[in-house]
Order: sequence, then structure tokens, then C-alpha cells
Amino acid sequence: MPYEQILMRNVGVKNSQSLKVYQQAGGYASAEKALKMSVEDLVEFVKGGNVRGRGGAGFPAGIKWGFLPKERETTYLCVNADESEPPTFCNRVLMEHDPHMMLEGILIAGYATRTNVAYIYMRGEFTEQFHIVQKAVEQAYEAGYFGTNILGSGYDLECYVHRGAGAYVCGEETGLIESLEGKRGWPRIKPPFPAIAGAFGKPTVVNNVETLAVLPHIIERGLDWWNGLGTANSKGTKMYCISGPVNRPGCYEAPLGISTRELIYGEDFGQGMRDGMKVKACSPGGLSMGFLRGDLFPENPSKGEVDLTSDYDELDCILDFDDVRRYDLLGLGTAAAVVVAEDTDIRRVLTNVCRFYALESCGQCTQCREGTAWMYKIAQRIEAGAGRSFDLDLIEEVTKNMGMMPGMSICGLPDGAAWPIRTLVQKFRAEFEQHLAAQAPNAAAERIIATNPAAYDLPVLQGRALQPSGGTYLVPKD
Amino acid sequence: MAWNVVDRNTAGDLGPGISDAVRQKIRGFFDRYPTRRAVMLPALHITQEALGYVSLQAMRDVAEELEVPPSDVLDVVSFYTHFWTHPRGEKTIMVCRSLSCELLGGRELVEALKEKLGIGEHETTPDGRFSLMTEECLAACDHAPCMMINEKMHKCVRLDQLDQLLDDPDNDRLDMPRSDLYDAPGGEKPDYAALARQHGHHDEPAANAEDDDLGYTSDVGEMKDS
Repeated sequence: MPYEQILMRNVGVKNSQSLKVYQQAGGYASAEKALKMSVEDLVEFVKGGNVRGRGGAGFPAGIKWGFLPKERETTYLCVNADESEPPTFCNRVLMEHDPHMMLEGILIAGYATRTNVAYIYMRGEFTEQFHIVQKAVEQAYEAGYFGTNILGSGYDLECYVHRGAGAYVCGEETGLIESLEGKRGWPRIKPPFPAIAGAFGKPTVVNNVETLAVLPHIIERGLDWWNGLGTANSKGTKMYCISGPVNRPGCYEAPLGISTRELIYGEDFGQGMRDGMKVKACSPGGLSMGFLRGDLFPENPSKGEVDLTSDYDELDCILDFDDVRRYDLLGLGTAAAVVVAEDTDIRRVLTNVCRFYALESCGQCTQCREGTAWMYKIAQRIEAGAGRSFDLDLIEEVTKNMGMMPGMSICGLPDGAAWPIRTLVQKFRAEFEQHLAAQAPNAAAERIIATNPAAYDLPVLQGRALQPSGGTYLVPKD
Repeated sequence: MAWNVVDRNTAGDLGPGISDAVRQKIRGFFDRYPTRRAVMLPALHITQEALGYVSLQAMRDVAEELEVPPSDVLDVVSFYTHFWTHPRGEKTIMVCRSLSCELLGGRELVEALKEKLGIGEHETTPDGRFSLMTEECLAACDHAPCMMINEKMHKCVRLDQLDQLLDDPDNDRLDMPRSDLYDAPGGEKPDYAALARQHGHHDEPAANAEDDDLGYTSDVGEMKDS
């Protein structure tokens, strides 16, 4: 049975970007209602809905707003439209088809946080979307939804679109703030958190596009409706993305709590794999959240229990904020799944993932800058058929020593790099080992001689070559 | 990674500076932000639209407008992948190489484009028409493999469509109302062909060009064939 489309109700409607169409569907009525409430009531109301952030971390929006200091003069609202996480595109769909839904959310969130200036930080790659949103902002200004004394409430809000210029790390909230201030997008050390000292040193709230877009609907339909959707700790509706070699890639809305299998095979979602292939791997929450084993692997005999040590099919993972953790994923992330088919070489996936983080690491923290590039080099040599026997252990070792969780980095990017890379290596180790075993015996040594003879000639390595346990990839010259 | 080393005392040609109209447009952004420095990204976008790239002189000019040291502008320019520090072509092709696109043929697309255009990444054809670069996720994974030509997104690109796509004069035109907020004032446009003649089609790797070790130009493909 198809789920009710709430956020995507206007997708496919003619001229869905226009204010008129949005208003005909009841648009901006919730904002009007919200502006009549007191700020405290509105914040409490949103807290009651436990609206967990849709941008990746899943932090409740109402609580985030509650961190703002009571006494403050200027507050900024930054809208995180820097959707750079592969393979996520739900914000693009939302802004392309219904920009006013986001703008109404901005108005509500702006009022709830007593903000007078809101910036929509939109990634540089969004060109068509920029024109659509900019047009919508202009329309909203004309209709009196932005500007001074909005709808006679005495509340003022300016809304500006700010374009980025191609940096993944600007999706991190303090990176976004730095970039907005006209600097390189280097995340800041926290504390102070943005709620205390964010953009331009003032209290700042950063919310994702989708988080803001759900606000009008909660106000329109009430908390009972919202809390009736989803699972225990994950309320409401979510835009799920599915891409890769499935029959119907796209963005589909459903209440939180569908399974990965349903997302791939469901009639309302991906409608199965192309050419009836099987799933080898699936990253269900945006790349950074990690990988699941697909149905190429045998079914887990003990249903309901997760056995990470055996190669069992893990597609039963429920895509809400909690169940994903049982499968050793970092979190729900953006709920954007990419599917890897059975005929794809897992080494190629590893190289692609490693390259992404190696290129997008901002370079601030040593373990991230060096670790991601190191893992990319390792992945490249494994893919080239010149892997070394200890490479898989080495990758695992590197991933365990980077990120915020071991307390090594400023932002979560290296955690997001460690998870997919580590889960790939751990969960698909058998395949990697097969490839390593099938390599030509001297492939690793030949590659290092071919690519970096100077390193090979280093006396220290020559010394190691004499020890059989130390330099497994080195062979004596002649 | 090789950097173009410029000695400020002996530097000769710093490239074109920005016009008064561009300065005026940049000033139009000042009242949107509490600091002038925050206008950095809009200013650089507009500069790049007007000049085709961000020249050293343009960085100085922008720094003057924003009241920051020129080194701060270089700092920002070198961080973001969309800013070019050497001239580019009239149409910049950005091919997505993230996972969804790669699984559905993104890597082959880049290789085919390189062959057809006869250029590598971050290079420009001799006639100044096309520049090529790869991008991380363009957020159109449902239409993989995808690529952008300037502002226009091309979805589900097949290899056999490439010739037709490159020959189409409108391949970068958006069929929708545009906002000129981030455009160069008065449709100011550089002479791309002259830029390409002047600078050659292949510049030294610039500050934001990627290390050879990290691109598709790696020896991965070759090793696989052998």
C-alpha cells in the first residue's frame, strides 16, 4: 500500500514551485498559526514531536533550539542545503519541487528561535535549484512572508540565499558557518557550540532543509498525527533515497521504520534489482554510515538477532534512528541507500569510497588528512591487484584511530570515513582475501618497484626485506 | 602537488582585474551580512563569471573591496573546488564520480570525454570551448551517471549520446527562469578563445588542481589491463 506523500505531495504537480500552487494546498497557513503562538509554546510544541534532525546526526531540532541562551540580541538561522553526502538527493527533490515548504519551515523556525536573518547555504553544484529557491524567496518577500512585520505579527525576518563553491565539509555545521563568514570551510572546535557562539560570533541554529520542511506539517496536523508515524524513538515521515542498479531509483517518502529490503525491493520504492541481480552490499544511510551485506549472502538462521561475525544477509535492517546501530552502522544518516550489485568488484567500491574522503577531508586534523589519503593509496593498490597481505588489517587499524569517537578530530568527517571503509573491509573480507590470494605472487613488489623505485631502494626497507615476517611485500632484487 | 610560486615583488602579469560594474555588484551584497568578509563567496562567484577564472589581480581587487588581506582571498580560492586559478573554457564539464554514478558508468564517461576532447582533468581545449573536471556527488544519484555543463545538469548520460551532447550549442542552457543574483553584471563575459590562446590549453597544476596521485589518472586502470 502506498504511503501518504506529505513532504512530496506537490512532486509531479504542474508549477509546483510557485507560491500559488503551494498556497492552494494550504501553504503558509501553519506559519500564520505559528506566528500567533508564543515562542515558548512553539518550541515546546516542536520538542513534543521529537523532530530529530534529518541532516545525518539525528539531533532533535527542538532541543537544539533550546540551547540558545535566554538573553540574546542577535540570532542567526542557517539552513543547511549543502547536500553533499553521496548518494543523497532528497533535499534537491524538495527544493526543486516545493521550495516554499522549506521557506515556510524557515519562517516557523526563525520565529521559534527569534531570528531576524536566515541564510540558506546552498551547495555550489545546485544551479537549477538555486534559481528555483531564489525565485521562491523573491515571491515570498512579495507576498509578505519575509521582510518586516510579517503577517502583522511584528516579527521581522530577512532570508538570503548563500551559494557555496564545492566543499563536502561545509555540510558540517561549523564548517558551514565558517564558509558563510567568508573563510575556508574548516570546522570549529566545539565548545562553544553554534547555539552559544556561531555565525559572526552570535548564537546560531543550523537546521537541515528537510527538518525545516516537516515543521509546517506538524503544526497543521498536530502532534498526535506526527507521533503516530514511525517507530518508538523515530517519529514522523522521511524522504528515502535509493540509487544504484535498481529498477526504479528515486526519492520516496515513507514513515520512518521501513526495512532496507523494502526500500530496494518494495513496489513503492526501488522495485528490485536490474536484471534480477542480487545485492552484494548496500549503504543504507548515505555513504558515511557504513555498509550492510546484501542478499547475496545466506539468510541469518536466528531471525531478529544480528550476527556481525558471520556473513549473513543484513537487509532486514530497519531504517530508523536506532535499529541501524545493531548492524554496526554509524546511524541513520540521510537515509539514502546505494546498492552494489553482485557483479561489482568490491575493490572498486572501496577505492571509490576512499577517494571521496581523501579528496574531501579539509586537511585540518592530521589523522583525517593523512589517514584518508593513506587508505586511498591502500585501496588503489588492492584494486590494482597488488595488495599486500597485511593491507586489510592496516585499513582496519587506520579506521580505528581516526574521528571524534576516539577523540582525535574536530568534526565527524573522519568518523564518516572510517565507518564505510571499516565495514566494507570487515563485512566483505572474504572477497578481499580471495582477490589478494589470486594476485600474481610478486605483484605487490613489482608495483612498488614500478611506481616508487626510490622507496624500494631505501636502506631501511632493504633491511626489512631480509626479515620474512616484516616485509612481506618485498623481494630481494635478484 | 605543484604550486605556482609568485613573488609579489617581481610578479609580472597578474591577469585581469575586476571592472567597476563588478565592484558595484559586489558592494550590493554588503548589507546582507554583518561583516564584509562574508561577501567572499558571492564576490568570487561574480568575479569568476566575469573573468572566466579568478586571477591574482582579481584576488587583490576582491581583497580591496572586502577589506581583507589578499592572502585571505587566496586562502579561500584555493580551498573550494569551483574556483579556477587559471583560465578555463567557455563550458566547464563536471562529471560526477561518486559511488552511484561510478556503479552505472561514471568512470567510463570521464575516460570517453577525455578521449573525445583530448584533454585531461582541469585542462581546456585549445579552442577554449570546453574544460573538464570531475566532481564528488552532484546530488542526482537517481539519474546516474550524470554530469553538468556549466549550470545545466545532464542526467542518465549514455556514452553513445556524448557526441550529440557536445555538439549541441544549447547544452548549457537552462530552460527555466534564471536569477542573475550571482551572475556577472550586464552579462559580462570573457573572451574564452583568447584566454585559451594566451595561456595555452594546458596550464601548470594550479592551487586547487588535484594531486595526480588522487585522480582517475592513477595507474589503476593500466595495472588492471596488464
